Amino acid sequence: MRPALLELLQFSLLVALAPLLTGLVRKLKARLNGRIGPGLLQPYRDLLRLLRKEVVLAPNASWLFRASPYLIFAAIWLAAAIVPTFATGLALSRTADLIALVALLGTARFALALAGMDVGTSFGGIGSSREMMIASLAEPAMLMVIFTVALLVRSTSLPHIAEYLLMHDVGIRISLLLGLLALLIVAIAENARIPVDNPATHLELTMVHEAMVLEYSGRHLALIEGAAMVKLQLYVSLVAAVFFPWGLARDFGDASAVAIGVGLYVLKLAFAGAVFALFETSIAKMRVFRLAELLGGALLLGLLAAIFLYVSQEL
Amino acid sequence: MPIFANIAYDTAHLLDTFVLVLSFALLYQRRLFAVLTIYAWQALCLAAAAAWQAYAQDAPHLYITAAIALVFKAIVIPLALHRIIVYLNIHRSIETALGIGPTMAVGVGLVALSILLVLPVTAAAGALTRESLAAALSVVLLGLLMMITRRNAVSQVVGFMSLENGLILAAVGVKGMPLVVELSIAFSVMVAFIIFGIFFFHIRERFDTLDIHDMERFRGEER
Repeated sequence: MRPALLELLQFSLLVALAPLLTGLVRKLKARLNGRIGPGLLQPYRDLLRLLRKEVVLAPNASWLFRASPYLIFAAIWLAAAIVPTFATGLALSRTADLIALVALLGTARFALALAGMDVGTSFGGIGSSREMMIASLAEPAMLMVIFTVALLVRSTSLPHIAEYLLMHDVGIRISLLLGLLALLIVAIAENARIPVDNPATHLELTMVHEAMVLEYSGRHLALIEGAAMVKLQLYVSLVAAVFFPWGLARDFGDASAVAIGVGLYVLKLAFAGAVFALFETSIAKMRVFRLAELLGGALLLGLLAAIFLYVSQEL
Repeated sequence: MPIFANIAYDTAHLLDTFVLVLSFALLYQRRLFAVLTIYAWQALCLAAAAAWQAYAQDAPHLYITAAIALVFKAIVIPLALHRIIVYLNIHRSIETALGIGPTMAVGVGLVALSILLVLPVTAAAGALTRESLAAALSVVLLGLLMMITRRNAVSQVVGFMSLENGLILAAVGVKGMPLVVELSIAFSVMVAFIIFGIFFFHIRERFDTLDIHDMERFRGEER
């Protein structure tokens, strides 16, 4: 009974907090720009409004276009639930590992790119092709980081990684630091954040994510925006679980451990939001053709991390 | 917390990693002023690494190394280069002889090479010394790579300086490095910097540019 309850808590925590995280980033960015900005709860209101509005479909939209939002949201929600947020022993995160997580994210991206091309507008096509270009560079980088961590810990299961890093004296390893850097670059690219894509723009020739979802409206748009918010939280949780696993609850019998886990998790989210906001206000968007260099850099950092892992092993 | 059990080595490695990553950032950067800023950060990390080694090894003379790195490399040299760029009105974006992507790929190859070199030499030493030496050697090789792939004389000088950062990084990581050696390295770099500075002015006077490419014509290497 109890594990099921905690699993439920994990799922609901993800959906409940994701808009808040996005709201926090937007609010902090607005304040840093000298604006007051909308309240922290604005993303919730936006999502509710979109859910109530009717769906406008293009006449040539196929079933794919209609099914994609549900598939995307489900895949990303499930992927996010794999990451240990406040506790390590949840059943779902034990059954699926990091590779499954990448596969789920890949499925969501595939569906989104197909949906972007489905209606046949030029913007959608541009967005999809760019998204695929970014993905083809970011995914190897992410897998490289995963391999590095998996080689270090000898497991690809996330709760096991978090527990191992908590219990063992791994220390600050060069590989882990390089991996963290690579993963941060991947997170920025995958979430369409600023140097790669601007999440606040809707009509610009450089947009990537927004170009794909331009044709969506109503509850479909709500699902896609919600999925984007959950995805941002997923990456923050992933970085937190692998590189800053402090405070993860291991003992479920202990209610206070769970409470500490949840509390620290919220703190970590808030910290990540502040870092995102600061980073995005201090940097300008990149040219699309420079992205290959940035993400190539992430891939190389991941490669370096794996190389250094072999040096640091005792001969 | 068990994760901080070995703080002396961990901090040293943290700083080594920063220096190495900043070396890659130098290769990645296209703008001249940003290159200088990154170089200053690298020197700052080097100074911190030296100061930390001075504390951890209980070797007070390393504090002098740290001070030299901090004052000259993190402050004086970047400022001087900055002034030269402004004074000579140099074009501020860098032309690379090789694209950024291939350069970074070659850089990773060089890191792998330096690891292959370090592994047999330090088979007896612990894993941590090995990581340190591999990082330092990588910084040296990346500095060389930067000198090769950049066409602008200023960025070549920055490459040379970052190469020297790698040397110091290797020196402070090893126990019992005499102060004389470090001082002589530091001063030879200062002298080299002054000579480079004079060269800049002469090159500029003759050729109206700091792009090395234009000089090839005068050496009869025109393609």
